[in-house]
Amino acid sequence: MVQGKDKYEVVIGLEVHAQLLTKSKLFSGDSATFGGEANTHISPITLAYPGTLPKLNKEAVELAIRLGLACGCEIERINYFARKNYFYPDLPKGYQISQHTTPICKGGFVTIRTGDGKRDVVLNRIHLEEDAGKSIHDVDDKNTCVDYNRAGVPLVEIVTEPDLHSSEEAYAYITELRKLVRYLHVCDGNMEEGSLRCDANISIRLKGETKLGTKVEVKNLNSIRNVKKAIDYEVDRMVELVEKGESILQETRSFDATNDTTFSLRSKEEANDYRYFPDPDLPPFIVSETQLQKIKDAMPALPEQLVNKYMEQLNLPEYDARVICDDGGTIHYFEKLIKHGSHAKPAANWLLGPVKSFLNDHNVSIEDFSLKPEKLADIIELVESGKVNFSIAAHRIFPALVKDGTKTALETATEMNLLQESDTDSIATWVDEVLAKMPDKVAEYKKGKKGLIGLFMGEVKKVSKGKADPKVTTQLLTEKLSQ
Amino acid sequence: MEVTDKLVDNLAALSRLSFNEAEKLEIKSDLEKMIAFVEKLQEVDTTGTEPLLHMTSVTDAFREDAVKGSMPKNEALKNAPLADSDYFKVPKVIQK
Repeated sequence: MVQGKDKYEVVIGLEVHAQLLTKSKLFSGDSATFGGEANTHISPITLAYPGTLPKLNKEAVELAIRLGLACGCEIERINYFARKNYFYPDLPKGYQISQHTTPICKGGFVTIRTGDGKRDVVLNRIHLEEDAGKSIHDVDDKNTCVDYNRAGVPLVEIVTEPDLHSSEEAYAYITELRKLVRYLHVCDGNMEEGSLRCDANISIRLKGETKLGTKVEVKNLNSIRNVKKAIDYEVDRMVELVEKGESILQETRSFDATNDTTFSLRSKEEANDYRYFPDPDLPPFIVSETQLQKIKDAMPALPEQLVNKYMEQLNLPEYDARVICDDGGTIHYFEKLIKHGSHAKPAANWLLGPVKSFLNDHNVSIEDFSLKPEKLADIIELVESGKVNFSIAAHRIFPALVKDGTKTALETATEMNLLQESDTDSIATWVDEVLAKMPDKVAEYKKGKKGLIGLFMGEVKKVSKGKADPKVTTQLLTEKLSQ
Repeated sequence: MEVTDKLVDNLAALSRLSFNEAEKLEIKSDLEKMIAFVEKLQEVDTTGTEPLLHMTSVTDAFREDAVKGSMPKNEALKNAPLADSDYFKVPKVIQK
C-alpha cells in the first residue's frame, strides 16, 4: 500500500451512460442497433443536414422514466432539451442534444452491498441525451475515420453524487446498476460493446475535511473490473503526489487496460464552455399523471422487493432468495416453477444446484436453457412424491430431459426404469438378499451396533440401483433385524 | 460591454477559427457594435417574467419507436470532403 494512504478519504462520483433498448434513434427513424455496417444507420437528421427536424422517440422517454421509478427518483413533469455546443468530428451537428437543464429523473438511489454492509448510493440525476458517432484512429495513418451509426442513439446518463468512497463501492454500484437496467429491459448492459459506459470522477481529501479535493475524470472504463483498477491506480497516484507535497492537476485521464494505469488526455484548466440553450427544434414534453401511472403499472416487482417476498411469503433462506433474484432470467424461471406447482425450497434447490451447474458447464444463459420450467416442475414433482430420489433425478432424468424435452418426466423415468419401488414385496426381496449376504454384520447389529443400519441401507440402494424407496426400506430393515 | 482581445481569442477557439491581428481588430469593433445594439434590451424590466424558452405552444411532439430506414451509404458519403467507401474522414484527432 502507498505510504500515508490511511490519512485520506477517497471521494468518487460515477457517470454511467446506458444505451436505451429502443429500436430507433432518439430523434430519427434510423436503426439504433449496435454492430451494423459502418455508416448505414444514418439519415439526413443524423447527419444534421440543413432543414431537418428532430422528433422525440416516445419509448426512450418511457424507458428513462422506468429506470427513474426503480431508483426512487422524482420524475420531472415539464421537460425540454438543451443544446450542448462543442466541435468534435463525431458530433455532426456541432452540438449534442441533452436534458442539461431539466433532467427527467432527479435524486434517487441505488442500494449496494459490500463487506461493510448495505447502503444507498445517492443519485444526483438521470437524464436523456443522444450519443455521438464513433471515431476510429487506427485504420488510416493520416486520418481519423468516423462512423455515424451511433450518432443520435438514445442514452440515459446516470450521475451519482460524490457519494462513493472506495473502489469496492464503485464496483458494487456498477454491478447493481447493470443488473437493474438489464432486469428492467432499459439497456442490455454490455460494457464491451459500449452500451454501458462509465466515467469516474475521483478525488481525495484528508479525513475529516469537508471540502472536496481537486478531481480527476477517468474515461475509457470498459468493464466493471477496469473501473475498480482505474480507481485503485488513480487514488495511489494522488496520494503519492500529495504526500510529496505536489498538487493534483484537474484533468481528464484515460485508463490503459494493457498495464492498469491511467494517462493524461487533456487538462481542464480552461473550463469548458458549452453555451447551453433550449433547443428551438424540439418542443417541451410533459409527463402526465396518467402516463406515469401507466409506466408504474407495467413495471415488474423489483429484485429487492422479490427477495423480501421470497423470504417472507415463501420462507426461502436469504441466500437462496438473493441468488434467484440476481438476474431477471432466473427470477422468471423460478416464478414459472412456482406457477407449475413446485414448492419454493425444492425449486430453489434445483435452480441453485443442477440447473446452475448445467448452465455454467455448458456456458448457456437461463434464457436459452432448453429445459422448459414446466418440465423441471415435473421432475421436482417426481422427487417430492417419492417416485425417484433426488440423486437419480438430478443425474439421470434431468440430463435426459435436457437432451430430449418431448417426453414427460414420468415417461422418461419409466422408460429408463428409474421409478422408485415403494412396493413392499420387491423391497423385501432386496432387503432379504442384502441381509443374507452379510450375516456377520447382522449379528453385530443385533448385539447393539445400530449404526450399521446405514450400511444395510446403502447396500439395498446398490442392489436396487437406487430404486428402493428409502422410507419403506428403513422400515423393512428395522422390522427384519429385530426379528 | 467591452470586447477584449481575450474574449475574441476565446470565441475564436470555441468556433475553431483563427484570425490575424488586422482581422481581430475588425471583429472586435463589429462585436462591440452588435452587443451595444442588443444591450438596449437590458433596459426592459423583466422582474416576474418567466423566460420564454420556446416560440410555439406545441408540446409532446412524440414519434413512436419505429425504424424508418436510412439513406444509402454511398449517397451519404459522396458529400463529404474526404471519405472512402465506408467512412467519413477527418484530420487525425488523436496522435498515436
